[in-house]
Amino acid sequence: MGKIVAATGNEAVAEALRQINPDVCAAYPITPQTDMMQRFASFVSDGKVDTEIMLVESEHSAMSACIGASAGGGRVATATSGPGLALMWEMLYVASGMRLPIVMPVVNRSLSAPLNIHGDHSDAMGARDSGWIQLWSENAQEAYDNTIQAFRIGEHMDIRLPVMVCLDGFIISHSIERMEYLDDNVVKAFVREYKSLNPLLDVENPKSIGPLILPDLYHEYKRAQHEVMTKVKDVVLDVAEDFKKISGRSYGLFETYRLDDAEIAVVILNSAAGTAKDIVDEFREKGIKAGLLKPRLFRPFPYEEVAHALKNLKAVCIMDRADSFGGYGPLFMEVSSALYPLNDRPIMINKIYGLGGRDFMPQHAEIVLDELVEIVKTGKFKTIKEYIGVRE
Amino acid sequence: MEKMIEILWHGRGGQGTVTAAKVLANACLSGGRHVQAFPEYGPERSGAPLRAFNRISSGEIRMHCPVLHPHIVGIVDATLLDGINVSEGTRDNTVFIVNTSKEPGEIREKLNAKPTQTVFTVDATKIAIDCIGRALPNSTMLGALCKAINLISLETILEDVRKSFGKKFSQKIIDGNLEATKRGYEEVKEG
Repeated sequence: MGKIVAATGNEAVAEALRQINPDVCAAYPITPQTDMMQRFASFVSDGKVDTEIMLVESEHSAMSACIGASAGGGRVATATSGPGLALMWEMLYVASGMRLPIVMPVVNRSLSAPLNIHGDHSDAMGARDSGWIQLWSENAQEAYDNTIQAFRIGEHMDIRLPVMVCLDGFIISHSIERMEYLDDNVVKAFVREYKSLNPLLDVENPKSIGPLILPDLYHEYKRAQHEVMTKVKDVVLDVAEDFKKISGRSYGLFETYRLDDAEIAVVILNSAAGTAKDIVDEFREKGIKAGLLKPRLFRPFPYEEVAHALKNLKAVCIMDRADSFGGYGPLFMEVSSALYPLNDRPIMINKIYGLGGRDFMPQHAEIVLDELVEIVKTGKFKTIKEYIGVRE
Repeated sequence: MEKMIEILWHGRGGQGTVTAAKVLANACLSGGRHVQAFPEYGPERSGAPLRAFNRISSGEIRMHCPVLHPHIVGIVDATLLDGINVSEGTRDNTVFIVNTSKEPGEIREKLNAKPTQTVFTVDATKIAIDCIGRALPNSTMLGALCKAINLISLETILEDVRKSFGKKFSQKIIDGNLEATKRGYEEVKEG
């Protein structure tokens, strides 16, 4: 069986990448991703992997180099954060449009201005429409487990799509926690030998990838991208089932916590979900039927399954660590779209929390659950979207 | 052991406070315990006040936020007592461990500690200068904390100091830190 360690999120993901031993990794350092790639670069220098590491001059170049290497026929990984992901923008769409199964841990960081290096979800939420699969992780263990599963999901022959693995900057990337590493040979066997599809380096069979496409076919091409996304959920569940066999840990499209008989609940991503679970327990002890849903697969978003899980609630608060200025938070928009088709649905409110690394504290979860209790009692809510934990 | 022990460290940038929290987390991993160690990230400047945190629990730790109500407060630099209210959020039974040449009684008064709270002092800076030749009090503080809270054995903490410092430093520095840890354990005073 595996090895129990105390490791940071960055360390854990770097360890997963060492065990997977990709062919090529092109990366550019950016806080808080830097020490993940620094650790991985040490594995390369120390001969612990035979990955070819490419040090490039920007994230745009990092993603471009990954695209080239992946189209060439290699297993490819990179990692980034915040503004680094923003600089990759153009190339993110190229990677997914060319159906290249690149795996990219995203150590979630806020976007400038004002300049801020700390954790929020603005970066990955902004990339939600780029055609990448997104897995989100509560802690170092989940970031490690999701990284390993991401290769199997993205590289599946029915899928062939790039995958982001999101983990909270600093809160997870730089905090030491107890977790379990799987054995090297177990991970190696799980991710399997890489199978390339139409590699450019197969010179016997020359081909073009990503050429000009005019209005007569572009529309169809994009529909094909949508259609492949509809197959992702099943693959994610199959891979999770296999992963359970090697790890004993269960993963789904999302995690539900004390939700079955709940009347009120929060929907919340990543590290803050852990803090909120403790408060859900406190409310349960008071006899209040509280629960929680933590999305894991955010793209493609499992609308029907989320709707089914939340449909019996009386009120639900969807909590966003990112904002769409002038709109609702991105997670709220998805969950409310999921619930809209139901005839009877819970009252939905949206709280924006934790931007730029503002701590999500237990009392924030308490305030939200208290408000939901009040909403159920009166049937009324004061406002749909509101900032919490904000200094007035 | 209570279900979860929360530790709040006050130090200044460059004193090895964050390293101390990390070494402690590793040392507490034994016996199937769950651990967390993390600093409060800000502009990282040498000499600036900083806080670091540990959680140690027999069960899974899901909380991902700073410690608000510490069971143990480690003060790596006593000059911080003049600028920071280190008693804020403490419990009735909180244990303070302070790096100072002063006697525990004097520090107890300064902290205005409750009779149910415990105050330990250790002259960690002097011990560090004796053993390592530099004012790096972190390993001494770990030894003192080990004695004060009785959560892990001195042998375990020494092993983790050896492992942690062994990655970066010469044998002389490692030996100095091991000696400093031992002396912290032996010389900490309760009052």
